[in-house]
Amino acid sequence: MVRSALTGTRIRERRTALGLRQAELARAVGVSAAYLNLIEHNRRRVGEALLERLAVALSVEPVALSEGAESTLFDSLREAAVGAAPGDPVPETDRIEEFVGRFPGWAAALAARQTRIAALERTLEAYSERMAQDPFLATTLHEVLSAITSLRSTAAILAETEEMEPEWRARFHRTIHEESLRLSATAEALVGYLDSLDGAETGLSSPQEEVEAWLAGQGWHLAALEGATAPGAEALMAGVAELASGPARQLAAAHVARVRAEARALPLAPLRRALAEDGPDPARLAVRFGLPLATLFRRLALMPPDPSLPPVGLVVCDGAGGFTFRKPMPGFALPRYGAACPLWPLYEALARPMQPIRAVVELAGRLPQRFLTYAICIPTQPGGFDGPQVLESMMLILPAPAVCGDVERPVGVTCRVCPRRDCLARREPTILTDGL
Amino acid sequence: MGKKQVLLVEDEPNIAEAIRFILSRDGWQVRHLPEGAAVLAALAEDRPHVLVLDLMLPGRSGLEILADLRARPEFAALPVLMLTARGQGRDRDAAERAGASAFLAKPFANADLLACLRSLAGAGA
Repeated sequence: MVRSALTGTRIRERRTALGLRQAELARAVGVSAAYLNLIEHNRRRVGEALLERLAVALSVEPVALSEGAESTLFDSLREAAVGAAPGDPVPETDRIEEFVGRFPGWAAALAARQTRIAALERTLEAYSERMAQDPFLATTLHEVLSAITSLRSTAAILAETEEMEPEWRARFHRTIHEESLRLSATAEALVGYLDSLDGAETGLSSPQEEVEAWLAGQGWHLAALEGATAPGAEALMAGVAELASGPARQLAAAHVARVRAEARALPLAPLRRALAEDGPDPARLAVRFGLPLATLFRRLALMPPDPSLPPVGLVVCDGAGGFTFRKPMPGFALPRYGAACPLWPLYEALARPMQPIRAVVELAGRLPQRFLTYAICIPTQPGGFDGPQVLESMMLILPAPAVCGDVERPVGVTCRVCPRRDCLARREPTILTDGL
Repeated sequence: MGKKQVLLVEDEPNIAEAIRFILSRDGWQVRHLPEGAAVLAALAEDRPHVLVLDLMLPGRSGLEILADLRARPEFAALPVLMLTARGQGRDRDAAERAGASAFLAKPFANADLLACLRSLAGAGA
């Protein structure tokens, strides 16, 4: 699996599929057969210019030969390299492809450990924050300490004071009784509260991740909701291991209710017909069906997997820029933690509610990839005119058309793994070393 | 020579009662306040030898009260024993910065409380 994701291996696979000999391809791209052999075994990195020549010779897009959708593995390994302890030997990040190629099992294991560590760190941060900020915990722990302090001092007085007036003795006995009752009630409340906290047993650190893991397992499409007799959310979610926490089940139930309503409003058959006739522009489709734009964004992103349709990603954020929904698109990684690239049209839309944005973006990487994006921010007033305005910004991500007149906007995934060092919108330094 | 006086500011009635008992048995004259609003007035009135101040008080916190009285020349040298609920950590550092003379983490041993107060009263006498 991992091996086939490598540039050199892909070149070799493509060459043999075309029935080309190594020497023929080497000659066509102007390198020696020995050098091409090293490249094909992932022992040498391929420069951009050579990769483009190879792509032409092999009649494929350069991106088809680059790391593409497997960039997550490389990102995890780079993160692991950055996390090496000071004083340890510096990981050879310039030979990362060779490492993955020669030791795919070790590379996958290391990347998995890195992902797990990141998830655990996030869980730990969440718990630390909860311990520090949670008013219930702070108050309850204070109660516990107060009760114990009182018990300890009073018990010591009773044990150590030989002569004591009977009324004082009775008073202290009463105190011990009262404080033991308080301690027992507080401990019970504390245990109940800790029990209710979401466990990290699934390895998923937020309710949103649990929902996304469930949807990803369904191919992002809940087929049962398309028919006239769609089951209820509870039936659909019964026994789903990913939805371990109460908050995740609440989010999932809201998702199910929305998908059910939108599937009724816009069944798949007419949507497919419209896509074939009008293309994927969500605004045109919204006009055709007389439906809100947001419905079209979701329906397009949550269609059943269909090889005749382009893959579609969707990312939704709230007014603070926090993700509320992430459906990844092959080659367009969405950050798991933290904020994404501030140059995404998603955020531009957030600053200009109700103004649709269509933009072709160029995602930074060893071989930059292009995507077509549609973004819009929709304000709502769920509390009426006097209530707060709630913003929801959405961005659809599709493959860019092979030929288009659009000027590509340079974007990244997130600053930490973005190679655009001189980006004016940069928030923090990149962890990538030169040449990656 | 009269009894040593201590002002105890503690909102937990059972803790306050236990402390009052222990100190009284040791020969101290104890005045108790359940919250911090009247502390400065009580200090001015009684001129106690030591102030025992709980950190977590309703209304004004022990830290605020301490900072307030350290800003007044007449109380700048008053020995203050701070009762902290969280032991050695952040609160203790904050209390030290605010000018506490000593700390005692809850729950404490009665003997430690007495030793601490005797030491403070001796130093401040």
